[in-house]
Amino acid sequence: MTVAGSPAVTTSVGRPFLGGRRLPLDWVGAVPYLTYVGLFLVLPSVIIGIGAFLDANNAFTLDNFRNLSRSYVVKATIDTTIVSAVTALLGAIFGAILAYAIVTGSPNGLLRRLTVSASGVLAQFGGVTLAFAFIASIGPAGFVYLFAQSHGLDFYKNGIWLFELPGVELVYLYFQIPLMVLVFLPALDGIKPQWREAAESLGGTTWHYWRHVAGPLLFPAFLGSVLLLFANAFSAYATVNALINQGQPVLAQQIAGALSSEVGAYEPGFAKAIAIEMIIIVTLVTVLYTLLQRRTARWL
Amino acid sequence: MKLGSLTRHLGLAVVALVVVAACGSGGGGGGTASCSAAKTAKSAADCGGMDALVKAAQAEGKLNVIALPRDWANYGAILDGFHAKYGINITSDNPDGSSQQEVDAIKQLGSTSRGPDVVDVGMAVALANTNLFAPYKVATWADVLDSQKESTGLWIQDYGGFMSIGYDSSKVPAITSIDDLFGSQFKGKVALNGNPKQANAALNGVMMANLAEGGSLDDVSKGVDFFKRLKAAGNFSKTQATTATVKNGTTPVVFDWDYLSAAHGKDVPTWKVFVPNNAILGGYYAQAISKDAPHPAAARLWEEYLYSDEGQNLWLAGLARPVRQAAMQKSGKIDAAAAAKLPPVNGTPQFMSDAQSTAAKNYVVAHWDAAIA
Repeated sequence: MTVAGSPAVTTSVGRPFLGGRRLPLDWVGAVPYLTYVGLFLVLPSVIIGIGAFLDANNAFTLDNFRNLSRSYVVKATIDTTIVSAVTALLGAIFGAILAYAIVTGSPNGLLRRLTVSASGVLAQFGGVTLAFAFIASIGPAGFVYLFAQSHGLDFYKNGIWLFELPGVELVYLYFQIPLMVLVFLPALDGIKPQWREAAESLGGTTWHYWRHVAGPLLFPAFLGSVLLLFANAFSAYATVNALINQGQPVLAQQIAGALSSEVGAYEPGFAKAIAIEMIIIVTLVTVLYTLLQRRTARWL
Repeated sequence: MKLGSLTRHLGLAVVALVVVAACGSGGGGGGTASCSAAKTAKSAADCGGMDALVKAAQAEGKLNVIALPRDWANYGAILDGFHAKYGINITSDNPDGSSQQEVDAIKQLGSTSRGPDVVDVGMAVALANTNLFAPYKVATWADVLDSQKESTGLWIQDYGGFMSIGYDSSKVPAITSIDDLFGSQFKGKVALNGNPKQANAALNGVMMANLAEGGSLDDVSKGVDFFKRLKAAGNFSKTQATTATVKNGTTPVVFDWDYLSAAHGKDVPTWKVFVPNNAILGGYYAQAISKDAPHPAAARLWEEYLYSDEGQNLWLAGLARPVRQAAMQKSGKIDAAAAAKLPPVNGTPQFMSDAQSTAAKNYVVAHWDAAIA
């Protein structure tokens, strides 16, 4: 144990061990992680990447990528991006306000503990269960709607928007806001009250404090959280599928459509090309997120 | 080439040995001779008659089925009935699987002990995978229309029904014509069972609307246009109709197969099923035997059971229309009480051919999303 353990400590410094003759073993600890990433992230991506260039007879083709210009895929790309961006921004704003409200309270108070554990649960609440919870409450046969309707408030007068993009956005916010609370709370906790006292003792107003101290400190963390929320909404499938089955507004649904069609519209290569498109978009978002994370770390 | 044929012969010999060994271990004794022929038997007669087939199947002792939910078309009772009658144990794999997964299982598991012996698949999948099936004609083969079976018996349709409009009569007025759906009382209430780009039931729903609007089986455009206008009128709901949405009233009007729709009556007593007389569109599933079936005799006996009067009446009790229904009505063997529970249909049924369903699919894939956006 000690033999394997001690080089791991010393190699990072690069000092010769036992006269310079040693096996570098510091990579051993990373093996489980690398195996996991290799098997469950890299390998599937490679399989998808290869499959996207194959046609039904396993011959090389670029048609799958050309087909990405089909009008309904272009529309799904735009719709998915809009839904993800809107719910990420709104979720981040409301989540940040909620998180700030908690932070200003007692650090071990009941309210904080309740909100944090509730957020932990709700951030993971999604899929068919969540969609049906909304359908059963505010859907066209839901008790909330029927109650509102009988009191003169018919919020579906101009169509059932729950089964359109605004409905999806509303339902997504249900898990986006709690997720924002969870990821943004640590950043808020990092803000020390002494900084505000310092600003005030130097004659700064509340505006000055937010503009020159707290704002610049929190902004990278806030933007980073927005990007995380974006990726979270971008990859969601089951929730939107339970709400909107016709028209398939999001890319994940278009993949499912091309993969599982029982009427003969089975295009596995095309599905993989859409997956590559999604991977590229999410990669861009993740790179952006990582860059911002670095900036956050520099500040705090 | 010589080597190739040698290995093939060797392979056959090994298969024969394994089959004989399997029969021997079952203790079937006299069944051995007919059993070795079971793999290639094209009818019960090839196996030495029905009794010999039963004996051979019992010697195998097992049957592998796949993707048969117990609550689908009464399959629970059918599985139990077969087991009780012949004492053959059934392994029911992946009960909620899809037709595609059934043929994928044949490709992947083949003749291993876990490979499926028989499949029950949608027509698109049956037609695309005939190279995986063994030809077999059941004793009641002649009762099935030529358009409902492959001429050598690679597949044969088993049960199905007609496309219908189911509705909750306590929430919407009675439907007597498809154009009633444009009425103001249907606002946001009409749904399909699935997305027509993916789900067979939904594609047939669009085709049924197409026929009712004066379109033909060759051109589904009037059906897509119907749903476009229905969406513009604010009456088409984009959510998928499921048992849950029907039960809680979110989708009180649903295009679906009549036998699936009629089952909603359990949850919603005021549920009615309407089949337009000018658009009777039939859809059937098909049976097929895997050419690599690990239990070839039991597979063939299972088919004989399904197409017997007993098997057909069990499907009927599950509200599915068995393929021999017309013949059994003539012979008086039909379960009349069960048949009376099916929605009434008056007129000539139409069936989409493979080419017609491909054309409909291509049109729907290209136009559907834009039409109902």
